[in-house]
Amino acid sequence: MIKVKNLHKTFENLEVLKGIDEHIEKGEVVVVIGPSGSGKSTFLRCLNLLEDVTAGEIYVDDEMINDPKVNVNRIRQKMGMVFQQFNLFPHLTIMENITLAPVLLKKMTKEDAIKLGRELLARLNLAEKENAYPAQLSGGQKQRVAIARALAMDPEIMLFDEPTSALDPEMVGEVLDVMKDLAKSGMTMVIVTHEMGFAREVATRVLFIDQGVVMESGTPEEVFGNPQNERTKNFLSKVL
Amino acid sequence: MTEWIQNFGSTFYKCFIKEDRYKLLLSGIGVTIKVSLLAVVIGIIIGMIIAICNLSKHKLLKIIGGIYTDVIRGTPSVTQLMIIYFVIFASVHLDKWIIAAIAFGINSGAYVSEIIRAGIMSIDKGQTEAGRSLGLNAYQTMSRIVIPQAIKNIFPALCNEFIVLIKETAIVGYVGLMDIQKAGDFIKSATFIAFMPLIGTAVIYYVLIKILTLILNRIEAALRKADAR
Repeated sequence: MIKVKNLHKTFENLEVLKGIDEHIEKGEVVVVIGPSGSGKSTFLRCLNLLEDVTAGEIYVDDEMINDPKVNVNRIRQKMGMVFQQFNLFPHLTIMENITLAPVLLKKMTKEDAIKLGRELLARLNLAEKENAYPAQLSGGQKQRVAIARALAMDPEIMLFDEPTSALDPEMVGEVLDVMKDLAKSGMTMVIVTHEMGFAREVATRVLFIDQGVVMESGTPEEVFGNPQNERTKNFLSKVL
Repeated sequence: MTEWIQNFGSTFYKCFIKEDRYKLLLSGIGVTIKVSLLAVVIGIIIGMIIAICNLSKHKLLKIIGGIYTDVIRGTPSVTQLMIIYFVIFASVHLDKWIIAAIAFGINSGAYVSEIIRAGIMSIDKGQTEAGRSLGLNAYQTMSRIVIPQAIKNIFPALCNEFIVLIKETAIVGYVGLMDIQKAGDFIKSATFIAFMPLIGTAVIYYVLIKILTLILNRIEAALRKADAR
């Protein structure tokens, strides 16, 4: 579903990604771990071109998306993104946050979009919040709305950029639960996170990225249970 | 004391009542308002265009926007007004006040563009990224997400710019328009009295701007109220 070939990303003079090759298959839940500054968030952001790619190729459904001729907006509609800082639209209600893109881009009628929004909010236990504004919600609720907003576009792939890092500890669980349900439903997911327990439980595959390259890749059992790379061992010994 | 009041009364009469001089001031108010209103509209339109140039990734547009702001901010508005009136529009037959309004609009546009640019840049980058990640294009993200939030930051600075603009128009006498300032000046020359017409001019500007400020404050309060959530 996603193929990444020799991906390089350089900021100014800093080379953040130094050649990443990855295949992500449909239905996979790939959890990306690694120390801060390792390039894992940059890798994720390159996947939907929030960062321009310096060199290399990214294919989504066999289409090279970093070709300048490709309509980025159409590709992004297939890929939902959830941010660390939620990035809800503060001037819109929860329902408007969710229905904005489907109405604008999928030419859905407002009624259909609201119906879809209610279904999503009910699924995430936020039914009574549809007319609230983001500022009235807790962090965990905000992040769940952000997930609902991305799901409203009916994406094929969901990208999560440290979705629980900005949350108070007691709210991490509610967001992870939503993500677990999503994984169970067969959604293809790429998740950058520091939640090792979650990675172990939900991931079909774990990628350990450090110094801009994939150091190790395997099932959670392999990576957590029997890491091969020295850096992986070192990292895990610090975080586990 | 009574002498002073009598004296005041007679100068007041000489300056404002005699020979219907108040009518000069009244029509001056009309000119000031006409020029300011049209200039504000032109200023906002130019300001938006230049802000878009300055914010765009397109190199040529950026350069054009940069030069515009640089030149306008780097030269006095009187000079600009006179160049536009006596050079650029020298052979064009338009009403004087319209040419003056165009000149002030061009001047104001440079400042408005900076206000808009700052307002847009004050919105967190994450908002743009969230919009784009949903598949909205740059224009949709701007118009649906960034601008509605930026307006609240832009509005107070824009109000301030309008007030500055009204006072700036006091130089239109240089191109022969009879606005409030010129009317006051005219009365001063006709009566050889400086105090009364000049203080009168100041009071008229002050009251005009006070009224405008009160209206704008109300609008701003309404904007904030709609946002108190």
